[in-house]
Amino acid sequence: MTSLTTASTLSTEDISVWFGQRQVLSDVNLTFPGNKVTALIGPSGCGKSTFLRTLNRMHELIPGAGLSGSVFLDGEDIYGADFDAVSVRIKIGMVFQKPNPFPTMSIKDNILSGLRLSGRKIGNAEELVETSLRRASIWNEVKDRLNDQAISLSGGQQQRLCIARSLAMDPEVLLMDEPCSALDPGSTRRIEETIKELSSSMTIVIVTHNMQQAQRVSDQTAFFLADDNTPGGVVEFGATEQIFNGPIDQRTNDYVNGHFG
Amino acid sequence: MTKPAPVRRKLSAGPLSTGDKWFFRSTSIAAYFSFVLVALVLIFLFLKAWPALQEQGFEFVYGTKWVAEEGQPLIMQIGPMIWGSMLIALVGVLIATPMAISLAYMIVFMLGSRLAKVATTLIDLLAALPSVIIGLWGFYVFTPVAINWETTLHQYLGWIPLFKVENVDNAFRGSPFIAGWIVAVMIVPIVTSVTREIFSQLDKDLINGAIALGGSRLSVFRKVILPTSSGGVVGGVLLGLGRALGETVAIFYVLQISFDINWGQLLESHGGGVASWILARFGEASSGEISGLMAAGLVLFVITLIVNFIANTIVNRSQPWRKD
Repeated sequence: MTSLTTASTLSTEDISVWFGQRQVLSDVNLTFPGNKVTALIGPSGCGKSTFLRTLNRMHELIPGAGLSGSVFLDGEDIYGADFDAVSVRIKIGMVFQKPNPFPTMSIKDNILSGLRLSGRKIGNAEELVETSLRRASIWNEVKDRLNDQAISLSGGQQQRLCIARSLAMDPEVLLMDEPCSALDPGSTRRIEETIKELSSSMTIVIVTHNMQQAQRVSDQTAFFLADDNTPGGVVEFGATEQIFNGPIDQRTNDYVNGHFG
Repeated sequence: MTKPAPVRRKLSAGPLSTGDKWFFRSTSIAAYFSFVLVALVLIFLFLKAWPALQEQGFEFVYGTKWVAEEGQPLIMQIGPMIWGSMLIALVGVLIATPMAISLAYMIVFMLGSRLAKVATTLIDLLAALPSVIIGLWGFYVFTPVAINWETTLHQYLGWIPLFKVENVDNAFRGSPFIAGWIVAVMIVPIVTSVTREIFSQLDKDLINGAIALGGSRLSVFRKVILPTSSGGVVGGVLLGLGRALGETVAIFYVLQISFDINWGQLLESHGGGVASWILARFGEASSGEISGLMAAGLVLFVITLIVNFIANTIVNRSQPWRKD
């Protein structure tokens, strides 16, 4: 277990996003305190994945994307002059919906790929590989075959390898976009345990469609909703316990109880 | 009482209706016909080439003399032409490959969808240009330009054997260098099109994953895109090589064909090409010489076949990681 360290706080101020002429998000103000897991829930198309991508500037890859507002990492605007997209992504890691290990690389090289891609020096490769794989709780399964191809692993192992790959960059924040939606229940449980352990050393934001998962792993929850032909936004944000057991907004109540979405 | 053994039902994957049957038949005929056609071409070439091959012996492939004048015994040896074809094809591939990969990268990853379509169409159009046109363009337009490049290359890089020139009066015009460029222009479309296809089949999440890890355009290209698609790209390059080996008319216009073998002095005014040599001699050849030209064609056919076979094997073995 990693000892509890104070992790960075991420917060957004009036984030709005456009794709071309269409506004997809409007005025999102959220705070993700250090060492907390925040779940983003809501029906498909409500903009939560888009929002997640604004947190490490990945939405910039989509042609025609535009943004207003600010994202602060410990008070510094990641869209400000002091940051470029690459240094933001080094500090704020991301895990995708579908496991995406690099198929031409071994398990070990996958772990080191972030450092190589961003052109940073690798200090002690062996140690970094072991620590990263341990933090993603997959070390015991792969320690004897670090030079095997990454795609020889099962789906759940691949996803944990991808988490380890992000951890090797030592990010302050980890963004997870439905990390378990392509996995079986056993793998899902293991990843949820990993998320819990990781929160002792970092800030985590996770998008999920699984209500039980949000309840199991998160400390606070934000409910996103986009009414017909209007941009998405946050309906309600608070402690997970409160969002699921005593929501203030009727729409939140309907959603978490499975009445729509 | 024991249960009777299960009776297997007959499954039919064959044609169901009459229309289906005819469609089935006509497509299989067309498919088999292509095999038959290749076999017929090979047999024809072989029969026609046999007398010359028998007479000239194995020296036909590596010797360097071609005497076909009336009153003298025929000597036909195709060595310099085979080497010339390979040399020019190699130069062409070396020039075309970086161009084609850059083009494919630009089309797939940098241009918006509308511009990408325009660029793709333009490049495919280049492939549709008859090689006579490219040959004429090569002779009248490109050669004068290329001579300037060659002079500069010779001036500054003349110490490299590839760019060495023995006699400046007998260099630059009609060189393998120019022929290589012409071949490059002709194979860029096929290499680009294969590479573009491979790039566009790459899983976008793989690239996004690399970017999310702090990759730049260059590092993502070098460490993720290129290794993942290398098999397909190599296959595309070999397909281009096959086409370059067989190029005839365009090379005929720009190259000074000579049996004085040119091992690799790219700027000197002599080179060879099997197909171009056949074209050059065919009109005035005696029946004995025609047999030799057919044999040359056969050799070229076999070389091209081997290159294409290697290309197909590589493309099939590489698994482009397709998106689901």
